[in-house]
Amino acid sequence: MDLLIFQVPILMVQASLDGILLGILFALIAYGMALQWGVMNIINIAQGDLVILGGYITYFMYLSGIHPALGVIVAPAIMYFVGVGLYKLVINKVVDRDLFISILATFGISILFMQLMNFAFGADVVLANSEFGTTMLFDNSVTLPNSKIFSAIISIIFAIGLVVYMKKSKLGRAIRATAQNARAAKILGVDTEKVYAATFGINAALCGVAGSLVAITFTIHPYMGLPYTIRSFMIVIIAGLGNLPGVAVSGMGLGMFEEFADYILGTEFRIGSVFLLLVLILVYRRFKLSKKREYLK
Amino acid sequence: MKLNKIILSFISAFVLLLSTSVTSFAKVVGDKIILGSAISLTGKYSSNGVHTQNGYNMAVDRINSMGGVKVGGKTYKFEIIYYDDESNPKRAAQLAERLISQDGVEFMLGPYSSGLTKAIAPVTEKYGVPMVEANGASRSLFTKGYKYLFAVLAPANLYLDVAIDLAVEKNGGKPVTVAMAFEQDAFSQDVRLGVLEAIDRTGSKKVIDDKLPKELNDMAATLAKVKAVKPDVLVVSGHTKGALTAIRQIAEMKVDVPMLAMTHCDAAKLSKQHGKNSQYALCASQWHKTLTYKDDFFKDGMTYDADFKKLFDYAPPYQAAESSAALLVFKDAFERADSFDKVKVRDALAATNMQTFYGNIKFAEGGQNVDKPMVLFQVMCDGDNCENKVVAPTKWASAELIHPIPSWSKR
Repeated sequence: MDLLIFQVPILMVQASLDGILLGILFALIAYGMALQWGVMNIINIAQGDLVILGGYITYFMYLSGIHPALGVIVAPAIMYFVGVGLYKLVINKVVDRDLFISILATFGISILFMQLMNFAFGADVVLANSEFGTTMLFDNSVTLPNSKIFSAIISIIFAIGLVVYMKKSKLGRAIRATAQNARAAKILGVDTEKVYAATFGINAALCGVAGSLVAITFTIHPYMGLPYTIRSFMIVIIAGLGNLPGVAVSGMGLGMFEEFADYILGTEFRIGSVFLLLVLILVYRRFKLSKKREYLK
Repeated sequence: MKLNKIILSFISAFVLLLSTSVTSFAKVVGDKIILGSAISLTGKYSSNGVHTQNGYNMAVDRINSMGGVKVGGKTYKFEIIYYDDESNPKRAAQLAERLISQDGVEFMLGPYSSGLTKAIAPVTEKYGVPMVEANGASRSLFTKGYKYLFAVLAPANLYLDVAIDLAVEKNGGKPVTVAMAFEQDAFSQDVRLGVLEAIDRTGSKKVIDDKLPKELNDMAATLAKVKAVKPDVLVVSGHTKGALTAIRQIAEMKVDVPMLAMTHCDAAKLSKQHGKNSQYALCASQWHKTLTYKDDFFKDGMTYDADFKKLFDYAPPYQAAESSAALLVFKDAFERADSFDKVKVRDALAATNMQTFYGNIKFAEGGQNVDKPMVLFQVMCDGDNCENKVVAPTKWASAELIHPIPSWSKR
């Protein structure tokens, strides 16, 4: 137990801001996961690996002298096609099957991606320097790297863009219709196959954006994908499926919770405490559901 | 009928192949001493695995071309059988088993990393196969009572304790306050133990003691604490990821500490990836090319550096240098044992007392090298050109330690 954060209250501001900025980035990844989970009923274990692949695209742009911030435009464009390709190759064969089969299939993709990235890009930890500088607040006692602020802003732009696209565009409407009832949508002339491919592509594109932001703010490595998958999975679970505003709130909430756990319980309990929270929420949900069931009886 | 003949010839060819391959993989064949090594050529340790392999190969070529190994009046040459352990401890243990029981290897070279060495050591111990390893520094390797394990490198607990001593010295002999951030893995935790011992020894005080989860690539919370507490020294160890993350976030959050000490700077190519932001970082290293150790095969560090660059087109990290040293140790032991008997070679290894370009080598009871201190180098930049310069121990220092680190507002 460390009480430093209570002795130096300004650390609370730092922790909250760090948590929110981190949470927004995770929420973007979770957004993609929630979308394709909702539409296709697939839990994508390779989500984090798509993020890392997006990060490598940005890293290579950075190496060739292009500013890594442009990665947030290039990476999603490339990743969209990676996503569609992946759908055509593997995902379309598991889309109507049991959830367990899709988990196995995407787990396989995840392993394959890790090894391929390791083979192609090497096992070194790399990063892209944005040279964005730092924002100092409260007489320099709170520091926010501009790269993190940039990440959060880009994440928000893409998230809002996605919501608008889903509401206004034809494809967006088709995606929503398919999510509600795939059979009915098909009968009414929606090409669900195309919708699924696009959904997976959009998810991969979001991962591409997030990956670029990860390369700019943190580090990337071929084997670093899984934590992103787990984190986005948890955000979706906590928010509940099909609840897009919930994803944003639970992303930021989790980020803040994590930071405070780090300060108060110690860094070693940071991730453990997030899992504990997940268990508590699931138990609470179950409790609520069983009550509802009793009522129905 | 014809088909039968074809099948028969296939089978006989296969049997023939099998029999020749078994005999050719025995411990000593003709004029060759066969060494075995499971090494990470794929998987997450593959970069360092390749450095290790390059170090081994360069030493084999050098020793073979300079007269080989003389045992019983005959000259032998080294040859190594490699298997890829995929950076996976279980696989490494299986491969060690295979090298020894199927391929008949009786002398082993170590894999890359403490974790994999830990997986292999029980196997070599079971079969009584001497193993000289160059890339497993975790202290727990040397406290298990292994009789056949020899490490040419200094154990992990000696990586950064020098930094604490140095900080105390710079503080006029008075105790200092220390903030620590270590990853939760065997190696980093051993480094931490060494630092804790140095803190106790000097009467210093630890003010932050964060254990970073393996998945973590964000140290913002730790660094915010450092900013609030203002310690005299910040010590970070979390492999390449830890080193890169720390430098990035220290620069972004403008964290001012008088001394920053860390591990894995050269493996992380710190000065290349972060340029000037990595300036003044103090890094623990097993070896540096400017050290003045000498031997007959590689001459000295500078020559090794130049020869390695010519061969592999990149500067040798210490992982390669220590791997080359492992073969010099084996050669020396074979010649002193004057035999290929495993026990005799083991005893000769235990009695090793030599100097190589990499450093002095003398093994303690547990198998660790006790005759080679760690060095600390500091990243120093001239404009955008950054270089690692040895600053401690003073015997090999090629530059004066810059202390305290200038604050970010003055850089």
